[in-house]
Amino acid sequence: MVELEHFLGVAAALFVVGIFGIFLNRKNVIIILMSIELVLLSVNINLVAFSSYLGDLTGQVFTLFVMTVAAAEAAIGLAILVCFFRNRGTIAVEDVSNMKG
Amino acid sequence: MSADLAILLPEIFLAVYAMVALLAAVWTGKDAVAPLLSWVTAAVFLAVAIWIALADGTTHVAFNGMFVDDSFARFAKVTILLSGALVLVLSEGFFTRRNALHFEYPILISLAVVGMMVMVSAGDLIALYMGLELQSLSLYVVAAIRRDHVKSTEAGLKYFTLGALSSGLLLYGASLTYGYAGSTEFKAIFAAATDGHVGIGLLLGLTFLIAGLAFKVSAVPFHMWTPDVYEGSPTPVTAFFATAPKMAAMAMFARIMHDAFGDAVADWQQIVAFLAVLSMYLGSIAAIGQRDIKRLMAYSSIAHMGFALVGLAAGTEQGVQAMLIYMAIYVTMNIGTFAFILSMERNGQHVTRIDGLNMLSSKEPLKALAMLVLLFSLAGVPPLVGFFGKFAVLTAALDAGLGWLAVAGAVASVIGAYYYLRLVYFMYFGSPEAETVDGSMSPVQWTVLMGSAALMVLGVINLFGVDGMAATAAASLVVN
Repeated sequence: MVELEHFLGVAAALFVVGIFGIFLNRKNVIIILMSIELVLLSVNINLVAFSSYLGDLTGQVFTLFVMTVAAAEAAIGLAILVCFFRNRGTIAVEDVSNMKG
Repeated sequence: MSADLAILLPEIFLAVYAMVALLAAVWTGKDAVAPLLSWVTAAVFLAVAIWIALADGTTHVAFNGMFVDDSFARFAKVTILLSGALVLVLSEGFFTRRNALHFEYPILISLAVVGMMVMVSAGDLIALYMGLELQSLSLYVVAAIRRDHVKSTEAGLKYFTLGALSSGLLLYGASLTYGYAGSTEFKAIFAAATDGHVGIGLLLGLTFLIAGLAFKVSAVPFHMWTPDVYEGSPTPVTAFFATAPKMAAMAMFARIMHDAFGDAVADWQQIVAFLAVLSMYLGSIAAIGQRDIKRLMAYSSIAHMGFALVGLAAGTEQGVQAMLIYMAIYVTMNIGTFAFILSMERNGQHVTRIDGLNMLSSKEPLKALAMLVLLFSLAGVPPLVGFFGKFAVLTAALDAGLGWLAVAGAVASVIGAYYYLRLVYFMYFGSPEAETVDGSMSPVQWTVLMGSAALMVLGVINLFGVDGMAATAAASLVVN
């Protein structure tokens, strides 16, 4: 039987993978965008699991909102990334470093 | 239903205005109408601010508690709208001179302001998230508005990455809070999170929520995006980042802590106090080595957020009042300071290195004096208004039994005074052979700089009644 804890465990694992994907990845900004999606998906799993466990629809409504915003966020992130690529000619994480201090 | 909509009317009006403005600008002259659009948008902000300020003092709740319109929200909204209007008119001159004013700019600012207004009025985690994202998504684009500049797009990219991460942390906290409190409504969370009975799941949710919020107010250790984004963004955008969104994020922070977790103060007080101490010290110390005035203002804003958090850490009505006074003063000082920074030019080129201030006093004594007043006020030197803000938050901490926090704040403000006074030193006693900025200003910049400096001096009489308004606002937020 799959209990609430199993869902929370999967979500927590996905969340941690997403966070580490943002910080440990040194190669490509696209991977950061993918990691952000992972974080948001882990939140969705949490919300849906709680919603079903509590017998309350709010969590599923919240999930729909999160999915909508995640789509807008990805669109804006990619747009900014394209602008950056046009100026800089690369999207390697090490090269996002014109400002330091 | 229509009664609910009537409560949201200012937000709906502004959102509809933004969409109509977008259509109108695309159909007519596009970038050619951008200066006009900036001024119209500023006028609309001013009108909405007056509309909100003239509302009766009662609390209205719309959509079953999703949206709360109380004195607290109105105080924050008026501050946000007025600072947004001033920054817009300052931006118009700056961008037009450089031929870089896009018609999207005032529209994105209006959408960000709508997001902030929803944020500070949210009575539910869903409404809060939607407002926050509307604000953040607009600001990511605004940071990268000069899309042919490497620095601006890099600032946008960094802001986007870390902003999205912070939204993720906040959301994860929101999901845990929903699960363990059984509802996303602040009222229900308040009932579930009673003092001493906060379960581990709810506590985890609270911690993640605070981490996400700390990112938005750029409190240490979640501040790393701030200096880069401030330096890389075009200067008017930096001026906007340093004012309205800070007020909105701080008000949202106070709303979650008091409306949702107001009965469990002991559980979050230590975390907020910890963030406050780290922010005050890191902001004050790291600013000392800065050579770029925009980076310096970034560290300055981190330190100021630390002081505002001291008021919040008190966990009392007095603390919220002090925090609101502090933020209102902070926003006023920053707008004046940025009006000056926007005017820093040499041979038509915008310069942001602080040695450009060398011997400004011999060239432009009046402007140097106004800057001196603002910098002293930012440092919290009595008797200027900035001192009263610091005094209010430190007293609130002391009265709440956080004596160590008040002492730490006083020491941090002394350290912070060093780098403000260094700017004053450059203006009055710098080496005469170094190149100075031209010192000419547009009438708008001049008015804003002088007005802000004058407020810092004249405000000592009675703070223009801001403390009374902040007291009403705090009383409507904090349940005794």
